[in-house]
Amino acid sequence: MSKLKLATVWLDGCSGCHMSFLDMDERLIELAALVDVVYSPIVDTKEFPDEVDIALVEGAVASVDDEKKIKKIRAHAKLLIAMGDCAVAGNVPSMRNPIGPEAILERAYIENADVQQQIPCVVVPKLLRVVRPIHEFVKVDVFLPGCPPSADTFHAALTALITGEPLDIPALTRFGA
Amino acid sequence: MSVAVDVKTLVIDGQNVSARAGQTILEVARENKIDIPTLCHLDGLGDVGACRLCLVEIKGTNKLLPACVATVEEGMEVETATDRLKKHRKTILELLFAERNHICSVCVANGHCELQALGQQQGLTHVRLPYRNPELTVDASHERFTLDHNRCILCTRCVRVCAEIEGAHVWDVMGRGINSSVITDLNDPWGSSSCTRCGKCVQVCPTGALFDKSKVGSDHPKYPDFLPWLNLMREAQ
Amino acid sequence: MNIEELEQIAESVRAENAKFDYEINVCMGTGCLSQHSDKLKDELVKEAEKQGKNAFIRRTGCMGLCAAGPLVLVDPEEILYQHVKASDAAAVAASLGAEPVAALQCDLREHFDQQVHVVLENSGHIDPERIDDYIAHDGYQALVKALTEMEPNDVIKQITESGLRGRGGGGYPTGLKWGTVAKAGGDLKYVICNGDEGDPGAFMDRSVLESDPQRVLEGMAIAAYAVGASKGYVYVRAEYPLAVARLTNCLRDARRRGLLGNNICNTPFNFDVEIRLGAGAFVCGEETALIASIEGKRGTPKPRPPYPAVSGLWGKPTLINNVETFANIAPIIRKGGKWFASVGTEKSKGTKVFAITGKITNTGLVEVPMGMTLRQIIEGIGGGVPDGHKFKAVQTGGPSGGCIPDEHLDLQVSYESLIQAGSMMGSGGMIVMDDTSCMVNVARFFVEFCMTESCGKCIPCRAGTAQMFTLLSRICAGTGTMDDLDLLVDLCGTIKETSLCGLGMTAPNPVLSTLRYFKNEYIDHIVHKRCPAGVCNIEAPVEVLA
Repeated sequence: MSKLKLATVWLDGCSGCHMSFLDMDERLIELAALVDVVYSPIVDTKEFPDEVDIALVEGAVASVDDEKKIKKIRAHAKLLIAMGDCAVAGNVPSMRNPIGPEAILERAYIENADVQQQIPCVVVPKLLRVVRPIHEFVKVDVFLPGCPPSADTFHAALTALITGEPLDIPALTRFGA
Repeated sequence: MSVAVDVKTLVIDGQNVSARAGQTILEVARENKIDIPTLCHLDGLGDVGACRLCLVEIKGTNKLLPACVATVEEGMEVETATDRLKKHRKTILELLFAERNHICSVCVANGHCELQALGQQQGLTHVRLPYRNPELTVDASHERFTLDHNRCILCTRCVRVCAEIEGAHVWDVMGRGINSSVITDLNDPWGSSSCTRCGKCVQVCPTGALFDKSKVGSDHPKYPDFLPWLNLMREAQ
Repeated sequence: MNIEELEQIAESVRAENAKFDYEINVCMGTGCLSQHSDKLKDELVKEAEKQGKNAFIRRTGCMGLCAAGPLVLVDPEEILYQHVKASDAAAVAASLGAEPVAALQCDLREHFDQQVHVVLENSGHIDPERIDDYIAHDGYQALVKALTEMEPNDVIKQITESGLRGRGGGGYPTGLKWGTVAKAGGDLKYVICNGDEGDPGAFMDRSVLESDPQRVLEGMAIAAYAVGASKGYVYVRAEYPLAVARLTNCLRDARRRGLLGNNICNTPFNFDVEIRLGAGAFVCGEETALIASIEGKRGTPKPRPPYPAVSGLWGKPTLINNVETFANIAPIIRKGGKWFASVGTEKSKGTKVFAITGKITNTGLVEVPMGMTLRQIIEGIGGGVPDGHKFKAVQTGGPSGGCIPDEHLDLQVSYESLIQAGSMMGSGGMIVMDDTSCMVNVARFFVEFCMTESCGKCIPCRAGTAQMFTLLSRICAGTGTMDDLDLLVDLCGTIKETSLCGLGMTAPNPVLSTLRYFKNEYIDHIVHKRCPAGVCNIEAPVEVLA
């Protein structure tokens, strides 16, 4: 049997989910026997591959760039997993929603800047009005809440998904876990 | 000689149970180790039947009854965890999570929150409804406590404990519908209100809406179980 | 007070009226007053005097055809004039004993002939601020009859026999409700008249209170006698200042005549009534919320049971009926329950007052026997949709009701049939919509109403209506998806089944009924990004920060 193709993606999040993923430590070696990591912040692939079996997505959708990415990922992934509270519920990135992006940009780049007070407008992607969880843009197959989900959660969930065993997520993790 | 007690027998989730007349379905279920989820109910406070999580099915009627206020009747057949009820409970929790800004990861009540625990218990892994993300305030004017409207679920436990147990009636609800909010006095800052600083409201608050300033991070467990004891001691006097 | 004394009063009123050759009735309900019918009345008095006509100019309540107001009815010829301005007073006065003023004449036989007036029998015929006028039209005979000739149980029996059902919307059998309160223990009981009419497009209760307030009071007194209550409250919206003013007059006059107070009609029966003003919260039409409001608390509903009939106002057994229900009581006692039961359908007896508004020619108030078809009401009495537009749907039952399309217009109006069609009787508002109405937008309007009127106590109603509104707004804006629609339907189910009171339980109805009959319009918005009626402004969504 050929190995499953696994991708991990980092949208608007703190990378904590990826850290927690790596916290699986020696169990990563077991996992490596079952999957090939074809795309990830820790893998040097620039383009999202055409065919991916499992895509783990960290982070909320906060910019036009994120929106473009998540749609592409959905089109090329068989199984899409929302990894962590940002992807599942918006979480900390969504805390700007009540006051809007202008207020945030103003605070970060004008009020709190000592030199070069200006809001970046080239290279960086435009922000969406509201930050939303990924399932508001595309269909999500599995939700793994947690901030971040623990290494044990990742291990149990991925093992179950790869081997096809039953998976009881609420028994493993919750919002804010 | 024993005092005559009006005993009712009924069935809850297929289990034959007996109860005293006037007991609520919730009381009887809990006595028999049958768990019915609740949020606005708290032992020791008057019930309002507002959160709708404790709704149960009664054989013979299509109407769902809140177990916290519905009293037992002879021969009643109660179901507490049908698929229909589970679906409604999940939706109600989703409504709560989407209503205000419940960011569990950075909440003082993370790990000690009844809403969070119920979400997990009812198998909620995500919220299908769009998040409303309203702009709400935090009242930190009180010397000892803070009110964060972002986390409030309007269960009115604080209103009831202050009126019924402390007798101060500092808390009440203002506004209507989705714009309702809890207030102290006539919407005065908590710090300059007629608050007696007893702190009962903080202890009964199921979420991180009311919290103690002296605690840091999410190390903020609450102990609302003093209430039934307090009531018992008062009755004894 | 006894029957003879009532007769004497009636006789003196008749003798007084007989002195005049003509009676000119001027409608002074809120609708006509808003077009200055009070000035018109003053002018008519002046003109009649100037022209030497022996005419009595009477202020009356609503004549029903509000769209044609101000209305003037000249008796004994029964000539109805419409759109009468103060400047027309001279012409109207001159026409007495001569040819009618053709330009003002309103000939709508069809509108009036198909109606059966029970509740509205005095509306437009008596001066609502003169108790003697009411007495001259058989007023208070029923109360005197009940007090002097009937046992409380007999009264309840008559009401049960009449088959009268609550006119506030729920349709609960009135006799059964009275019986429950009568059986409840305790020597202190209350009677409450629910005049917190809040449905958009509904003004039946306002009109009854403005046009014939004594009738409501008489109904309450009879009810109090039947159930053993000694104190009554009329809960009426502060937005109805004219109704409040007339009710206040009416209470004062009834007390003076000894029809309220202690030892009414020299019997041991004591009863008095107080007016309580509602501050305009729709939810206070719900009986437990209304009770909380009278008690001075926040107007929020409580779980039932216990029902108010057992534990209501201040924990005492309380009878709550709607204005129109009480207005039906006197004729039932006067003419007997059997008479009332002979009108209407098998399960829905008597008549019903409807306020017809929206895209309809004859906007106004009508009273028809139960069982009349919607087509007769809308196309016949209502005069159909104006300006050559096509009828699309009629919304009955207010925000809790639903939209009924063209293919169900031959439906016979009754509590059951309307529920079967996905709507409800409600208090009697009928909003007619034509092809210029977008049904998704209509659903959104009613959901917005429920959202702003939700009291906020229970979660499904408080947060659920807000979510429904968000999802419907998305669909109206053309940004909705089919998943949103599925979610909306799912949400409707939970709100309907889990809400604490009727407001929440029925809030999804406008969505569900428009989905049932007009799903294609939802699909048009979602899939084809167009609004067939051209109401919704569908543009490219602005999501990106510029």
